[in-house]
Amino acid sequence: MLSRIYKGVIVLLMASFLLMVAWGGHQQGLTQSIVRERTDLSAKDDQRVQAITKPTEDFSQAESFETMQGGAATSRKMINRDAFSNPSANLTFEEEEKFRLGNALFRKLWVTSPSSTHASDGLGPIFNARSCQSCHIKDGRGHPPLGRQDSRSMFLRLARGAITDQERQDLAQGKVLNFPDPVYGHQLQDLAVPGLRSEGRMVVSYTQHPIELADGTIITLRKPKYQISNLAYGPLHPKTTLSPRVANQMIGLGLIEAIHPSDIMALADPDDEDGDGISGRPALVYDKKTSEITLGRFGWKAQNASIRTQSAEAFAGDIGISTPDLPNSFGDCTQAQEACLSFPTGVQNHLGDTEAPDPILDLVVFYAQNLAVPARRDVDDPMVLRGKQLFYQSSCATCHTPKFVTRRDSENPAQSFQLIWPYSDFLLHDMGEGLADGQSVGVADGQEWRTPPLWGIGLTQTVSGHTFFLHDGRARNLIEAILWHGGEAEEARESFRNLNENDRRALIRFLESL
Amino acid sequence: MYKNLMHKKPRCKRTFSIATFALACMVSTGSMAATDSAVLAHYADMAQAKYEDSLSTAKILDAAIDTFLANPSQAGLDKAKTAWLAARIPYQQTEVYRFGNAIVDDWEGRVNAWPLDEGLIDYVDVSYGTQNDTNDLYTANVIASTSFMVDGQTIDASRITPDLLQNELQEAGGIEANVATGYHAIEFLLWGQDLNGTSAGAGNRPYTDFSLHHCTNGHCERRQQYLAAASDLLVADLEEMVANWSSHGQARHALEEGGTQAGLSTILTGMGSLSYGELAGERMKLGLLLGDPEEEHDCFSDNTHNSHYYDAVGIRNVYLGTYTRVDGTVMSGPSLSELVMVENEAVDAELKVKLDATIAAMERMVARAENEEAYDQMIAIGNEQGNAVVQEAIDSLVAQTESIERVMASLDLDGIELEGSDSLDNPEAVFQ
Repeated sequence: MLSRIYKGVIVLLMASFLLMVAWGGHQQGLTQSIVRERTDLSAKDDQRVQAITKPTEDFSQAESFETMQGGAATSRKMINRDAFSNPSANLTFEEEEKFRLGNALFRKLWVTSPSSTHASDGLGPIFNARSCQSCHIKDGRGHPPLGRQDSRSMFLRLARGAITDQERQDLAQGKVLNFPDPVYGHQLQDLAVPGLRSEGRMVVSYTQHPIELADGTIITLRKPKYQISNLAYGPLHPKTTLSPRVANQMIGLGLIEAIHPSDIMALADPDDEDGDGISGRPALVYDKKTSEITLGRFGWKAQNASIRTQSAEAFAGDIGISTPDLPNSFGDCTQAQEACLSFPTGVQNHLGDTEAPDPILDLVVFYAQNLAVPARRDVDDPMVLRGKQLFYQSSCATCHTPKFVTRRDSENPAQSFQLIWPYSDFLLHDMGEGLADGQSVGVADGQEWRTPPLWGIGLTQTVSGHTFFLHDGRARNLIEAILWHGGEAEEARESFRNLNENDRRALIRFLESL
Repeated sequence: MYKNLMHKKPRCKRTFSIATFALACMVSTGSMAATDSAVLAHYADMAQAKYEDSLSTAKILDAAIDTFLANPSQAGLDKAKTAWLAARIPYQQTEVYRFGNAIVDDWEGRVNAWPLDEGLIDYVDVSYGTQNDTNDLYTANVIASTSFMVDGQTIDASRITPDLLQNELQEAGGIEANVATGYHAIEFLLWGQDLNGTSAGAGNRPYTDFSLHHCTNGHCERRQQYLAAASDLLVADLEEMVANWSSHGQARHALEEGGTQAGLSTILTGMGSLSYGELAGERMKLGLLLGDPEEEHDCFSDNTHNSHYYDAVGIRNVYLGTYTRVDGTVMSGPSLSELVMVENEAVDAELKVKLDATIAAMERMVARAENEEAYDQMIAIGNEQGNAVVQEAIDSLVAQTESIERVMASLDLDGIELEGSDSLDNPEAVFQ
């Protein structure tokens, strides 16, 4: 543990140093941007935190506090379709109001401007969804298209790498994460306001790939291929890559935001110095607002450092609504899409200079920060405990880090100093060619993905009515999702492949209890 | 402090059921001492009475609907509408039970879900639009369709039954706006869409929409089936909740199982959450913020003012332990107010003043709705006077919640969920 922390510090210093060199060292506060100690804690508390977050070695009984996987914010409400939609249990009544207003705005349908409901127009002109809830159905995870017309909760990200020297320089300096398609922009919008053509339609086709487990069981994985039909504005740039992304589940985001960066940095091992075959790189991103390097932790490639950035980008890119943080009322329209830029915006000067002026983004962000993680079920069931043991023994827990204690100085007291169990290190890992999308995002290359948190994964069927997993929902159940793991996770996957049927079941049962 | 005092009070053993205790104590006097157990028992008894009243008025509604459907007429439709409005009075007073009691919260969506995309149920005006990427069933119009698609699967709707509404249609596709059951689905079928925006007028559905001989807007037989099924389902759902609060019911049991501290916290959580976040926030402030007539709780019938008013009445009567039943009898018993009075007389007095102030503000809103303009007109952008009346009700709800928080502090109930966190036996323990 100590050596990992030590390594983490080195990594942090190296990363900061490299970035300082890259940015010419003129950025103020560079070394402060990622604090490498738990300066929020007293020495005594720090010791307690280290003791409680140490991975368990006792699988004969459940650990203390394990049921309340989101700490005091954990929801104890009944497990039903709304299990991901409850507020942090430790909110004040006043905060609960902010949550409920945020919820209403999250559900709110934006309409084409001009319309009679001035406060609600500004949709598009091109868009993927009319509301946040369209994709984040019941605040749960999205799914791949189930029918020809269904692409609600998954879309294609469009991007290419640097071509010119200037672009290479911008990329190296962290000014951009990658480059949009010159015509279609950052993502494919399959919807548009009346009078404008939408950009095209995502088409998915699958090929079957059987895999044999050690006991002879055959599991067939489906490998997707993505194309776009009905491209309305000419061909894509030849270097543009397509990356499918399903909407992420929304629970526990504020708690993830409140994890101290040094706790995540301490887990990084970019050069695999401990020789365990697992590296793990922090997604350091450049914060345009503060001009500081900061730790990305949200999104499939950990490209966003805060829920606020993630939300503002979703408003702009997915719905085409401008916010004070991203005041672009034309959403993802590019200069090449002249017609798109000629449509009226939904800005009402008496309300503000964006389509969603304050306090809309504040309320939606607060809502997203406070969707509670449901309490775990059956933590002391013998089969669950056996599965937990296998999870640790198979090295799953190496990247799916069980526990953290959030910072004491978090923005909202509800997230402060909570022992949480997200089962993620929030680092980037090479997951092998099978899962690769070939699209680089900031420091993440085309084979790297962020370890997604596992809390709540066992409630996917209950909340979302399906069990599609991974970034594009290709896995149809948890077994398939595990078998898709490659690259750094190859050894863990092989451990799973070699389990007997009872142990496989136990491991899945453990995941279903999260 | 409250905790020390508690030991001096007569207390029932935990193994006693609340109902048993209440019975045993009720025999001796009608004005027995308000112990925390007795307060909880009376709280549960009041829940039972409120749900019983909701059920009996829903049965009257169901009978009125059956009569109307047997021989559709304007008078029959009006009677059903009147019965619906009457049924809302006891039901809205139960809403204060929703937030603290997980069983109620789990069930509530079936009977009172809102807002709803009415195009799922029946024909709608062209201005409603035909497409919505959020909701494939936005204009599914089940009354006019014998089958529909949910997530790529075909659902047989050749006969509209309670089972179809509850198990296939309600929240179909995971979309909360697909409200197929409950008061608001029935309200839409009785009144129809309110197409007046923030101008005067409620929905105005012709009774002939249900006439088999002079059918308007088509599919009258299926519309009849829908209304009958939704109304049967409402009765069944309310029967379930009455059972949950009866002597061996699950809701009563859950309350009892949590212990008295958690039980008192449940009462106050229900009061505070309904006052502030739900009513003042989502149901009222949001409408003012957006100036949108869709942000109205009982939008088809223009009954929103009463819906809000009886929520406030429910909050107050839970605190005072006094409920006027639909037959006019008053039930009264050991109240939280009496308990608080012993601990901190000033805080109790303060909350009572605030609760009364909210009722007064709500009464002004109701008077305005009945004499001048409907709630959806009051929230229109630019209607300063109307906005102010609604704002006053919001402010009083927020003010009463601040007093509710003081009550929680005076009973040592703030942060109760964190208590006992060092105990390893406690599955709800959290690290501190």
